[in-house]
Amino acid sequence: MLRQIEGSRAMAETIALCRPEVICAYPITPQTHIVEALSEIVRAGRLSPCEFINVESEFAALSVAIGASAAGARAYTATSSQGLLFMAEAVYNAGGLGLPIVMTLGNRAIGAPINIWNDHSDAMSMRDAGWIQLFAKDNQEASDLHVQAFRLAEALSCPVMVCVDGFILTHAVERVDLLSQEAVDGFLPRYEPVQTLDPLAPVTIGAMVGPEAFAEVRWLAHDKQLRALAMVPEISAAFAAAFGRDAGGLLRPYRCEDAETVVVAMGSVNGTIEDVVDEMRASGVAIGSVDLCTFRPFPAEAIRAALGGKKRVVVVEKNLALGMGGVLASDVRMALRGENLGVHTVIAGLGGRAITRAALGRVFAAAHAGALEELHMLDLDWTLVTREIARASQSRRSGPAALNLLRDAGPSMRRIA
Amino acid sequence: MSQRVKYYQTGTLTVGNRLLDDASRTVQASIDRSNALTSGHRACQGCGEALGARWVLDAAMRATGGQLIAVNATGCLEVFTTPYPESAWQLPWIHSLFANAPAVATGVAAAMRAKGKAVRVVAQGGDGGTTDIGFGCLSGMFERNDDVLYVCYDNEAYMNTGVQRSSATPPGARTATTPAVGPSPGNEFGQGKSVPLIAMAHGIPYVATASVADLHDLEAKVIRAMSMHGARYIHVHVPCPLGWGTASDATLRVARLAVACGLFPLFEAENGVLTGSTVIRNRQPVEAYLRSQQRFAHLFSGPSADPERVAKLQAIADRNVARFHLLQPEEHS
Repeated sequence: MLRQIEGSRAMAETIALCRPEVICAYPITPQTHIVEALSEIVRAGRLSPCEFINVESEFAALSVAIGASAAGARAYTATSSQGLLFMAEAVYNAGGLGLPIVMTLGNRAIGAPINIWNDHSDAMSMRDAGWIQLFAKDNQEASDLHVQAFRLAEALSCPVMVCVDGFILTHAVERVDLLSQEAVDGFLPRYEPVQTLDPLAPVTIGAMVGPEAFAEVRWLAHDKQLRALAMVPEISAAFAAAFGRDAGGLLRPYRCEDAETVVVAMGSVNGTIEDVVDEMRASGVAIGSVDLCTFRPFPAEAIRAALGGKKRVVVVEKNLALGMGGVLASDVRMALRGENLGVHTVIAGLGGRAITRAALGRVFAAAHAGALEELHMLDLDWTLVTREIARASQSRRSGPAALNLLRDAGPSMRRIA
Repeated sequence: MSQRVKYYQTGTLTVGNRLLDDASRTVQASIDRSNALTSGHRACQGCGEALGARWVLDAAMRATGGQLIAVNATGCLEVFTTPYPESAWQLPWIHSLFANAPAVATGVAAAMRAKGKAVRVVAQGGDGGTTDIGFGCLSGMFERNDDVLYVCYDNEAYMNTGVQRSSATPPGARTATTPAVGPSPGNEFGQGKSVPLIAMAHGIPYVATASVADLHDLEAKVIRAMSMHGARYIHVHVPCPLGWGTASDATLRVARLAVACGLFPLFEAENGVLTGSTVIRNRQPVEAYLRSQQRFAHLFSGPSADPERVAKLQAIADRNVARFHLLQPEEHS
């Protein structure tokens, strides 16, 4: 059913169709609208049986989901940013225990400085925790991915994180085709846990494992991720066959056929990137892009297939791994080792800074002309940065950098063009 | 307040299971006990926690007809019962993390409710996992009144990591992080932290303290707790021979002294109101309890011997006696 609807509401309606039996909620911007909508759906009796539990922290939210999932219930929660870090220990635990929890991550920056706006620092921080991480391009995909996520999680017995750009998707009202209950019931089989807490057949879950078998248990978790590489496209294809539209999969190339320059990115920025690709194609530039939907497991082979033989790759990513550069670009470089092409890292959109078509167009043109440095900070105000570096070198007690920069930047928002 | 006699003959100091009628006899005395925590685990000799957990879980198993799931915090109990590839647990059991056992138990209980199963949940942890790192999750579980019995086995320090101070470590006690050196050896005299009283402040249906000094009383409290729904809390005093510096055959003797001196009061509360306490039958001075353990030895010998600090500990015991009505009326002056 076509609806003009907020992204969070569309996701909540779709999650409810997946019939989760336990939902744990703790407020953090920008994921709040999702759990607010779910609480209303449960209260109104539209989703039953379902236990909706308001907990006292994100750490508790995921811990409740862990208990519920281990006891055989379909469990769901959502978080963002600091919340993901606060539950970090439980994130690794759910991955290690192989519990098929589905969690929405409303992607948001991590402080300090505190910032509620969108980037991918939160998701990147948990990339090795044993969760499958899927990124949505728009709210149609954000909704559809949740149905696939439950099926994937339960088929593999592995938690899945559906990453949706905070505000850009969670708070955007756009057209979404919502599935029907019958359609979801037909696509998503009943949850049959591979391990469960049952007095009739008692098992010990979460036993201590020493050096004699720890590496083997970890390898099995890695092996599960490798199996997901095959299963993600299968489930995406089954979804397309059932509902007639594409969602998910490992990655989606856009106008890459004869491209010399290819842009790689995750999430909603792909909409802007495809517009820029169209503009540049119209003026004869051989450029294309790849929307990477599955970040963990990392689809190295699919990346090689999509980018091998191209002249250069520009990775646009919304995180800055301090002291290293870009997380996604590093993985892309690893996937393309041995290929004779250059990989550029463009760090963009940190803390919600707008990523404009104009800025991307300039960077892609520079890359295409062979004039882009290896690591480029999109729209960085170097005047502010150099002034603060100078200040810090002149005085030991130069004060908090964030406050200094805000003073220098002035009272009004900088115009980004 | 009247005292419920559970094990002792009224008016004597005689102890014996056979003094009771069949129905009242201890669960452990029955060949039908579940042995939920079975033999062969790796606890130290004389471990109070292993003893307490065994009695708690078998009593809960009987009370629920075996329809029970256990959730365990990280700690000695988790480590010594599940050395790979063995498990001492004969009931469904899960360990997730150090700090989240109350929340995991909430999740298990929610799953049972959603599935319409009448399976009950016991969560358990040591004092570190309960009074320190797991305290936030515990308070959340209490506040929501989730259908979980949480049992804290209190051996008064982080024993699993090598005897470091917790918020349950008594003043003056030597631990690896409050060593018996310097002008004020051992743990500082803070304000203390009574999680049973904090649990009562949440107004939850049932709160009790218990001790391996009185195992039949412990069982009775578990069975009482399992007869109710909602959040319930039992705080069990369990001596640790390694951490306390006691012989492995002295566990029950030391536990009894803790109760008899008043430092560990035994009481029950329902809906936030004290409903009963175990009267001390043969009161001992705090000094007798302290002298039984190496962790307090610096209070009595050497340059740091300090009668004033012993007197402060006696004052804490005296306050407990008054607060929880631990003496027979005629014994009050």
